[in-house]
Amino acid sequence: MNDNPVLRIVAKIIIPMILIFGLYVQFHGDFGPGGGFQAGVIFAAGFILYGLVFGTDALRSAIPAHILRIVIAGGLLLYVGVGVATLLMGSDFLAYNALGSTPSGGQHLGIFLVELGVGVTVSAVMITVFIGFAGRNDP
Amino acid sequence: MLIEFVNVAILALLAVTALAAIRLHDLFAVAMMFGIYSLLASVMFVVLDAIDVAFTEAAVGVGISTVLMLGTIGLVGRHEKKPAHRPLLPLLVVAITGAALVYGTLDMPLFMDPGAPVHQHVAPYYLNESPEQIGIPNVVTSILASYRGYDTLGELAVIFTAGIGVLGILGLRRRKRPGHEGASE
Repeated sequence: MNDNPVLRIVAKIIIPMILIFGLYVQFHGDFGPGGGFQAGVIFAAGFILYGLVFGTDALRSAIPAHILRIVIAGGLLLYVGVGVATLLMGSDFLAYNALGSTPSGGQHLGIFLVELGVGVTVSAVMITVFIGFAGRNDP
Repeated sequence: MLIEFVNVAILALLAVTALAAIRLHDLFAVAMMFGIYSLLASVMFVVLDAIDVAFTEAAVGVGISTVLMLGTIGLVGRHEKKPAHRPLLPLLVVAITGAALVYGTLDMPLFMDPGAPVHQHVAPYYLNESPEQIGIPNVVTSILASYRGYDTLGELAVIFTAGIGVLGILGLRRRKRPGHEGASE
């Protein structure tokens, strides 16, 4: 697929839009449909398209394996970290009210961080699974 | 009236797609059929006003699963092997299981019945209290991330475990082959 100029140029135009849309779904999930899971998958789809068009080697150099490993663990750690933070503030695990000066502000911050953790881990896992499968085809 | 027509049309197309996926022997076409099936299912969720679920189905079912199936087809070849056994026993098992499931639906409340137990339990509480307690407009997000934060943490742990499993079994590094230069990393 590497030699097709139409595919390469269209992919280069579309990939930034996919990534921006993924970020929109991530950060607009409080107000419209969407959230961490969907945003993570859409964000990963941008990278997977890159890998499909330009080859898994190009994708590997765009996102090195050690960074993917850190990001996979980082999202889950962020989620658990929010829970531990609310514990340390004298509240229950994942009771976000303690995070802000008002209960509503705490809920907003807690949901934002938790969804960010979900999105980060989901997108990194999806990219990892794609590289794991598609990378075995390489000659 | 229109909504019934749309429902029947989508369900009929779902059945046709499923039958086509069974009948076809070219695995590439089967993967495409699964993608179409997921797309129809997400349309069904839109009709049911479950936009968040439709969104997930469209992203995961149509996008990621299809890519992963195509990746697997690239590894195993695109033609189905001839089955070694006769399909009678599996067909019998599937028919009995399906009949049991259909029998089970007879006890379910009617579609869109406001008196159904699912609408009497915690759903009214979430709908009434979440603007006050959480303060964000999308109730689905406030249930997922706040009221049911433990569940979402568990789901994220499942995805994390799946990723670690793939890393452990397949790995990300390029395999070095004898006589194949430049395959670093």
